Amino acid sequence: MAIREKFITSKKYNLIAITLMVIGVLTIIGLYATHGAKADPKEQARFWGSLLQNSVYFLLVVNAVMFFICATTLAWSGWQMSFRRVSEAISACVPVIGTICGVILLIIVFGNNHELYHWTDTEHVRHDRILSFKAGFLNKNFFTIMTVCTILGWSFLGWKMRKLSRSIDDKKLSIEEGKKFMYRNTVWSAVFIVVFALTVMSSTPWLWLMSIDAHWYSTLYSWYTFASTFVAGVALITLFVIFLKNNNYLELTNKEHLHDLGKFQFAFSIFWSYLWFAQFMLIWYANIPEETTYFKPRAQGMFSGIFWLMLTINFVAPILIYMSRDSKRNYATLTFMSTLLLFGHWLDLYQMVFPGSQTESVPFILWDFGVALGFVGVIMFFTARTLSRYPLISKSHPFIKESVIHHT
Amino acid sequence: MSVKKFITGSFYEEAKLFPAVKKVRRSGYKIHDIFTPFPIHGLDKAMGLRDTSLHIAGFIYGITGTTTALGFITWALTVDWQLDFGGKPFFSLPAWIPITFELTVLFSAIGMVLTFCYLCQIAPFVKKDHFNLRSTDDTFVMALECTETTNEAEVISFLESLGAVDVGVQYKETGWWLGRYDKESKRIEQNVETAHS
Repeated sequence: MAIREKFITSKKYNLIAITLMVIGVLTIIGLYATHGAKADPKEQARFWGSLLQNSVYFLLVVNAVMFFICATTLAWSGWQMSFRRVSEAISACVPVIGTICGVILLIIVFGNNHELYHWTDTEHVRHDRILSFKAGFLNKNFFTIMTVCTILGWSFLGWKMRKLSRSIDDKKLSIEEGKKFMYRNTVWSAVFIVVFALTVMSSTPWLWLMSIDAHWYSTLYSWYTFASTFVAGVALITLFVIFLKNNNYLELTNKEHLHDLGKFQFAFSIFWSYLWFAQFMLIWYANIPEETTYFKPRAQGMFSGIFWLMLTINFVAPILIYMSRDSKRNYATLTFMSTLLLFGHWLDLYQMVFPGSQTESVPFILWDFGVALGFVGVIMFFTARTLSRYPLISKSHPFIKESVIHHT
Repeated sequence: MSVKKFITGSFYEEAKLFPAVKKVRRSGYKIHDIFTPFPIHGLDKAMGLRDTSLHIAGFIYGITGTTTALGFITWALTVDWQLDFGGKPFFSLPAWIPITFELTVLFSAIGMVLTFCYLCQIAPFVKKDHFNLRSTDDTFVMALECTETTNEAEVISFLESLGAVDVGVQYKETGWWLGRYDKESKRIEQNVETAHS
């Protein structure tokens, strides 16, 4: 079997990616003209909220792909080796989207608009008992340091993991070298997991997203965000793998690997639902006003349509469609479900971000969707760029054979 | 069930077993079963077995559990014995989800274990005939079912040509029956085997 070493980006593919990016930029300009440029701080917050939601979502998704690599590496799993370069290429978007996201976050925090993050209004915080208690955590300096360190940490560790993986490309490893290579891989993955646990799984979503509803808090929130973006991350890997398979790349990947990716999506969709319910039910049961304020506009207020639609897409659809074995081995259902889940978790972030600042009416979602398309274009462009630079299959990796003979 | 005639052969290596299975199937013989000490990946596909329907049974047990839990709690708390929990409505679905979940898991777990036992014909106090006791240790034992027209000598030499050892004719009960280890029982006496050397 001949193996096509490198991905060749077709002109059509690049054209689509660039068109999507142009749509994104045009939408941002349009959104700025209609909302962001207005004097009303609520209107401005609608503009920045859209940028915040999209950049944070796509940054967390591409970073969750790096988490997928590191978690599977730590587990010494061999099955993902045949398409690991795809996950690596997706995670190479972290520095790009991270820069965009960091700039947006810092503009929001240091700008004069306090609608989105009203803890940035120092005058207000002084009179606000709850927020002044939280000032040790929710202040501009800490936010800036955390944000910069987080994005730099993810970018550096991801780069390190990718570099390690590429370092054996033209070598033939002896057993000793293979052991040493695996040891170094394990160590760096462990470092990434620790950083990931301290950021995405605990503090980062509190700072970036939960502080929009600064009076309210939930300790589960970060786990919940992690589950959301991890499902979307695996869905993204699946989409790219299927795309490459359909273009006759990735000869060593077959239905068995896709089946496992489908299982990952299925399992983590249920995990997401579990966390969603754990957060919802406790608040619903206790019925304490300062806690229920979060769910009031979402589950019963203006956002209830999006809220329940999001729950249907992210829980009911996977449990019904991904339940059977055949649907996880079918390219069409996998593509459909992966796209749906990516959209569903994007909706999830939408209803996490907007109810905090938009209290009068639900923002027109197509604007945000346009911005999202821009980010999709960015991911498509940079993933393909990385894919076309390095071999698609890591031939010398000690586990490659395990991946080839993998079956479920 | 019934006692049938089988021709059995033992294999010691996977590398010989797989081509043998292929050739036996191509020659039109009916493989009753292959007994192995451990699960062998891909053997079920090589034998042409269909996928198990255990998971479909599990799904049915699961939704039975879901409906049982939801149905009972709904009836109990909205019709039979209404209770006011902290001013919540009588029909308060979120509070019932954990129990519904637990009952779904319980039903599907127990149901699937019992179905598995039934499909594999294993249960306490239930007996089954062995073809060769070494299939629990280090040997893969293939049993071919014979019909009235089967030429025994031909099948035996065919199996031997494929690398099987210990090839021979056996009359075995195919089903399972209730019984206990009893040295007096004639039937069990008949089936006592000694490990082949």
